[in-house]
Amino acid sequence: MGLFNKVGLLSKKDEKLISDPLSDNNPITVQVLGICSALAITAELEASVVMSVSVLFVMGVGNVVISMIRNIVPSKIRIIVQLTVIATLVIIVDLVLKAFAYELSKTLSVFIGLIITNCIIMGRFEAFALGNGLWRSFLDGIGNAFGYAVILVIVGFFRELLGSGTLWGFAVLGDPIDKTGLYALGYENNGFMLLSPMALIVVGIIIWVQRARSKHLIEE
Amino acid sequence: MAINTEKNSYTLLFAVCLVVIVGTLLAAVDSSLKEKIRINKILEKQQNILYAIGINENEGNSVSFISTEKAEQEFNKYVINQIYIQGQNIIEDDKAYLIDVKKEKALSKDPNYERRLPLFIAEKDGKNLYVAPIRGKGLWDAIWAYVSMDENMVIRGIYFDHKGETPGLGANIKQRFFMDDFIGEALLDSEGKFKGVNVSKTNLDPKNEDKYDHEVDAIAGSTITGDGVTAMIRSDLSLYQSYFNNINN
Repeated sequence: MGLFNKVGLLSKKDEKLISDPLSDNNPITVQVLGICSALAITAELEASVVMSVSVLFVMGVGNVVISMIRNIVPSKIRIIVQLTVIATLVIIVDLVLKAFAYELSKTLSVFIGLIITNCIIMGRFEAFALGNGLWRSFLDGIGNAFGYAVILVIVGFFRELLGSGTLWGFAVLGDPIDKTGLYALGYENNGFMLLSPMALIVVGIIIWVQRARSKHLIEE
Repeated sequence: MAINTEKNSYTLLFAVCLVVIVGTLLAAVDSSLKEKIRINKILEKQQNILYAIGINENEGNSVSFISTEKAEQEFNKYVINQIYIQGQNIIEDDKAYLIDVKKEKALSKDPNYERRLPLFIAEKDGKNLYVAPIRGKGLWDAIWAYVSMDENMVIRGIYFDHKGETPGLGANIKQRFFMDDFIGEALLDSEGKFKGVNVSKTNLDPKNEDKYDHEVDAIAGSTITGDGVTAMIRSDLSLYQSYFNNINN
């Protein structure tokens, strides 16, 4: 870490906005945001990556937009305003994709609903963008999206590998039906890995490892 | 100039403005892109139907449609007749592929309404293929398919799609490993009764060598989507049986 600061791209304070969510302030394992999508779509690595990229885009843009209007939003209805802004953004992107990149929109359509209701987005709007300037909000948005992506990819990796014996759709352990590769030795895919409870357990293991390494994260 | 954002009148004004701006923006974007989206959807339907009769650009395990530029031309070349069945009547209609199956299904709840059942007849390698669009419910939202059959109601090709099934689980119904299993499966039993194809978790034939067992292998972790596929085939494809009985007699 400290790379962007060293090359003079970001100040130390700004750099922390990107690096913290990747370690001690991870949105999933520490802030407990975005858990539902981490359980729902991590059965395959590819879906995890597509979701991460979508969230990266929406978080970056959404945080900037919310930060832009932060001084004129009445606090009583701020949550509804946030929801409206994010839903509008996502729907416009969806419509434009449907008109000009139909194939891509088909792939992404299932993620649209998950993005609008993803609490990581509302959580960062509420916790950061409403109180900070444009540039810092943008950094916070992409920093948290990367932190989210790291966990999704780790969970997706283990669930796809142990659950289906594939990675990104490629059979890496052999063919379970023809009994080649590892399967010839009696190895079996663990179907339980494909169900959401195992995603929760994998996230739990990540939290365990992280807290074992950074003791200050452990609550009294 | 500092605005007091806590006042009720301001809150109300803000809410009204927001609704007007967002509403106008969405309406404008929607209506300006409507025509393009409509054409994309028509091309998609043509690609789906062509996929079901085996006109596609599949390589390895990928699912690839023929390109949108070629879709209309190929569609007109292979699909020789489009009809819809309404009760006892068979009506020719060269726009039958635009019939909205969802709407027809909803209308058919009214006992006075005879549901229109579209069927597209294609000729490929000198043989006739009959493509039927079907629609049902998955776990989260709608699922649908284009099924091409021969005159004995044996499946020759299928294309599944869905609106919002879980990526990596239920969404895998549109993967080759699932769709290709249906090819060759008979919908009727040896006595000519409609059996459909069950997406089965207890299938003892994972390589799908027995094409008359009315079963294909289910996807782990997608029980409800799989059951939806079974139900959709049973409820919608069985409606076509009388048509096939007639052409065979």
